[in-house]
Amino acid sequence: MDEIQRKLQQSSKATREDRLGRTICYTCIGLIIMLVTCILYFIASKGIATFTKDHVNVWQFITTSNWEPGNMDSKGHPMVGALPMIVTSFSVTLLAALVATPFAIGVAIFMTEISAKRGAKLLQPVIELLVGIPSVVYGFIGLSLIVPFIRHIFGGTGFGILSGTLVLFVMVLPTITSLTVDSLKAVPMHYRQASLALGATRWQTIYKVILRAATPGILTAIIFGMARAFGEALAVQMVIGNAILMPKNLVSPASTLTSKLTTDIGNTVMGTLPNDALWSLALILLLMSLFFNMLVRFIGKRGNIKNAS
Amino acid sequence: MKKKNIISAILLFGAFIAVLTGCSNSKSSSSSSDSNASGKITAVGSTALQPLVEKAASNFQKDNSKISITVQGGGSGTGLSQVQDGSVAIGNSDIFAESKDGIDAKKLVDHKVAVVGMAPVVNKETGVKNLTMDQLKKIFTGKITNWKDVGGKDQEITVVNRAEGSGTRATFEDAVLGGDKAVKSQEQDSNGTVQKIVESTPGAISYLAFSYINDKVQAVSINDVKPTDANVETNDWPIWSYEHMYTKGEAKDATAKFLKYMDSSAVQKDLVGKMGYISIHDMKVQKDAKGTVSNK
Repeated sequence: MDEIQRKLQQSSKATREDRLGRTICYTCIGLIIMLVTCILYFIASKGIATFTKDHVNVWQFITTSNWEPGNMDSKGHPMVGALPMIVTSFSVTLLAALVATPFAIGVAIFMTEISAKRGAKLLQPVIELLVGIPSVVYGFIGLSLIVPFIRHIFGGTGFGILSGTLVLFVMVLPTITSLTVDSLKAVPMHYRQASLALGATRWQTIYKVILRAATPGILTAIIFGMARAFGEALAVQMVIGNAILMPKNLVSPASTLTSKLTTDIGNTVMGTLPNDALWSLALILLLMSLFFNMLVRFIGKRGNIKNAS
Repeated sequence: MKKKNIISAILLFGAFIAVLTGCSNSKSSSSSSDSNASGKITAVGSTALQPLVEKAASNFQKDNSKISITVQGGGSGTGLSQVQDGSVAIGNSDIFAESKDGIDAKKLVDHKVAVVGMAPVVNKETGVKNLTMDQLKKIFTGKITNWKDVGGKDQEITVVNRAEGSGTRATFEDAVLGGDKAVKSQEQDSNGTVQKIVESTPGAISYLAFSYINDKVQAVSINDVKPTDANVETNDWPIWSYEHMYTKGEAKDATAKFLKYMDSSAVQKDLVGKMGYISIHDMKVQKDAKGTVSNK
């Protein structure tokens, strides 16, 4: 009797394990949340210092194009105009996504619709390999091959948005491809069967049914690719030329937000304006990636509603 | 099996916490690291000085196995600000602490360990081997834009500068531009990249530390003075800078011992020359923080 009572009233080994598991889980989650909050707070507080402590006009920061944070202009305002870097960052990102998307969709269609077996055997490892190559290697290849190639064709120095785009194209291709593959695979089989039963050819099925149904997923893939391109620093820095000039054309040296950060962060002193200004650039990057994330969620939601109706 | 999983999860978790606290500790407890009672020295900063300090540190540790020295890059600005905060024992810098904004040079003690000479380099095809100081200044301020104006080929000049705020650029601009602003152009942040770009880009000009100049780029003489160690020692070649190792207050214990070793003949007579720097003992002139040069 006592034995049974004791067993019933005491927590069993399984419950203890359950409690332990839950504690571990919650602690981990708590830590991660704390970490993310800390990072957000740190970048935000540092990035805002340029505007609060050094009294730089926010509007001026994002719309003027003179970047010399160490010097003052004739009126005594610090010269921190980040526009050239913002423009360049967006240009390389958009161009890279623009070039990569058709290729990515083509490869994805081949892998899912046209030759699933060969695609899985041959292309899957290739795509995975592309993801695994470190960005510095891409940058080095870009510096040794793409830059001289561009210089040979277009003249100039070969450094610039075009070289950056080409390097990023290879880097975002696997991201966009694999996510597109996932979204194509998620299209229900009965869509295909119904389409074929109606007498549609394979191309008609792909173009009018599968791609349409997978559009939200493909858009998400593109945005993830753009987020990757926007945040890529090292490879771009090696081929973009790092000149803080408004890009005149695709082959003139320019500088992105990330490349400026990697180049300069070691040469500035914490707490001074040149350092704060770099943190502000980091803040812009952070806000942009938040924006990309929100866009993905928005598209995801809309896509779901469409599928349900 | 389940138990094993949980135990490994706990271990992993513990390691995670250890990493986290380790990170925060290094910041909070760092102010006490000046004393170096434990014999740990961290030297952070200039990438131009890094190879010399690394080599010297590994030699030093052979005889002083109880002292462990960590050498890191990060740039002169990082070195100066970290040593000022007390985060590290030694801050390596290419420039005088006085010339960096946000650094209180009075709190820091300067230890000059070597001298680095720098020279303009051009792409070999430009056909230019000598420039006057005035021509060089006009090229870097963007007033001369074609090599034919300075006796070379009819080819556009591509200026490759160093990152704003870098020690190498500060030294070059002090010696050449004399307060004028450099033309906005490409910026690269390492000697290696600059060398590669000048080597392969037609019409390119930049500047490099002597140790990075090889026969694939053309080093340029200024006013017919060749960029050699001997000319730097007499200041006939004006583009050079000290390599500084700063400490916060007077160096103590292990740090003092290491800095003394850096100044010893084992380093200055042998290692410094081998690694492409110029010994501080060979200099016949000295330069102060304002750039005034006087005889020793």
